[in-house]
Amino acid sequence: MFFDSFAEFLAMGKHGFYVWLCYGITALVIIANILAPIRQRKKLIEQQVRLQRREKKNASEA
Amino acid sequence: MWEALKRLYHRMGSPKWFYEISARWLPWFAIPAALFMIVGTVWGLAFAPADYQQGNSFRIIYIHVPAAILAQSAYAMMAIAGAIYLIWRMKMAAWVAAAIAPIGASFCFIALITGAIWGKPTWGTWWVWDARLTSMLLLLFLYFGVMALQKAMDTEDTSAKAGAILSLVGLVNIPIIKYSVEWWNTLHQPATLKLTEESTMAMDMLIPLLIMIVGFYLLFATLIFMRTRNSVLWHERKKNWVKKLVQVQAEK
Amino acid sequence: MSLVTATIKRDLVIAARNPGEWLNPLMFFLMVLALFPLAVDPDPKFLAKIAAGVVWVAALLATLLSLDALFKADVEDGTLEQWLASGESLYAMALGKVFVHWCISGLPLTLVAPLLALMMNLPDDAYGALFFSLLLGTPILSLLGAVGAALTAGVRSGGLLLSLVILPLYIPILIFGASAVYHAGIEMEYAGQLGFLASFLCISMTLTPFAVAGALKLNLSR
Repeated sequence: MFFDSFAEFLAMGKHGFYVWLCYGITALVIIANILAPIRQRKKLIEQQVRLQRREKKNASEA
Repeated sequence: MWEALKRLYHRMGSPKWFYEISARWLPWFAIPAALFMIVGTVWGLAFAPADYQQGNSFRIIYIHVPAAILAQSAYAMMAIAGAIYLIWRMKMAAWVAAAIAPIGASFCFIALITGAIWGKPTWGTWWVWDARLTSMLLLLFLYFGVMALQKAMDTEDTSAKAGAILSLVGLVNIPIIKYSVEWWNTLHQPATLKLTEESTMAMDMLIPLLIMIVGFYLLFATLIFMRTRNSVLWHERKKNWVKKLVQVQAEK
Repeated sequence: MSLVTATIKRDLVIAARNPGEWLNPLMFFLMVLALFPLAVDPDPKFLAKIAAGVVWVAALLATLLSLDALFKADVEDGTLEQWLASGESLYAMALGKVFVHWCISGLPLTLVAPLLALMMNLPDDAYGALFFSLLLGTPILSLLGAVGAALTAGVRSGGLLLSLVILPLYIPILIFGASAVYHAGIEMEYAGQLGFLASFLCISMTLTPFAVAGALKLNLSR
């Protein structure tokens, strides 16, 4: 370990704010980029499921 | 060998094949991506030495440089995928190009923001108009141009073609932009403190950086797979294999 | 009143669904700002001197660009004629359209400008003045711009004509807005400039909708 204590690790020798701000923003952007396709896939499948149900209903009523 | 490559190339054009094989490939990219990023981050934050001049703010390099590299190579990949669509009409290529744009722009944004934040303890201001940051900003403009143009088109075909043309023109322009910005920079900054002195980086600083670069590339590939798979599902939604897949999902 | 609120709601929803409508002017704003250090001098001391004016000019140009589309869609698909036929107050309709336009152009600009002013090395004391001068000034830009947009709606290459028509009208706002920010930056009084902007805002809010309504009627009678 480069740092002697966890407190020192957080402080990053006076530069803690900048380092953690960078890593924080990056983490947020990466997480957003991971969640976006996951949510999109769910929406897509749900939409198609609903479509199929409706088609089945229409076919059985016809 | 060529036959195998030709077969691979033709298969890549098939959305169904891509969807099935990417399902198997995905964990081989996602899990190593997470591993490399975590190992690289922990190593860079906690174990690597601080820089002699910049102290611990130097650790921002482990995000800034990989993001910058990815932002630039992603743009090139987007342009090449667009070109494949323009020349060979391979729909998969258009979908991959469309998937790259927001991801590349995100990495570009990360590189810019971390570069700016890094500048504060290093140079005392939140922003400097130095060659590298300015080039990164112009790359972000290029990304936004492609994304805005694609959204403005009426049909998917024109959207993909317009985006391809613009990103190709941008690709040719990138070395020109870089050269002009560096030349502009020499006119105004007598002595620029470079954020990174790559050639003089010690091994124990360089290795976590390389790990992060690999990790970022793996993450990029994972994200492209995820987005392109969604594109496949959407565009092939009327086909039987997708309908069957949806049915299986519905029963879950 | 219901037609006006319905139109406002519809336009806001459309804007929410097309992020390009408000993102593109913001990107343009950023790009114009970047042009100045690239074309002249990125030296922070020099940038600090011109930051107030450059940010205001960039905001003005970004607003100008987004005005062309203000009435275009409604003229083309006949919605405008429906308004006239409906007998609802065109005055209120104009105010509603301007409000939506300000929400998707002036308001984002006002919120983002302080962040971007960082890149122009704006003096620390000037940020408050920047925010308030834009908060007061951008609605005026939207109001005056609506007059120009209404006058040139349906004209071919109306965008350029629109700019020629409106820029002289914009100059007082630019002068007082940029002056407020500049004087704040050199720690001098700037309340007078903001006061002028506030009173101009009141005047234009009451009077410009008449001009907009008249211009729209004019364009429809062609």
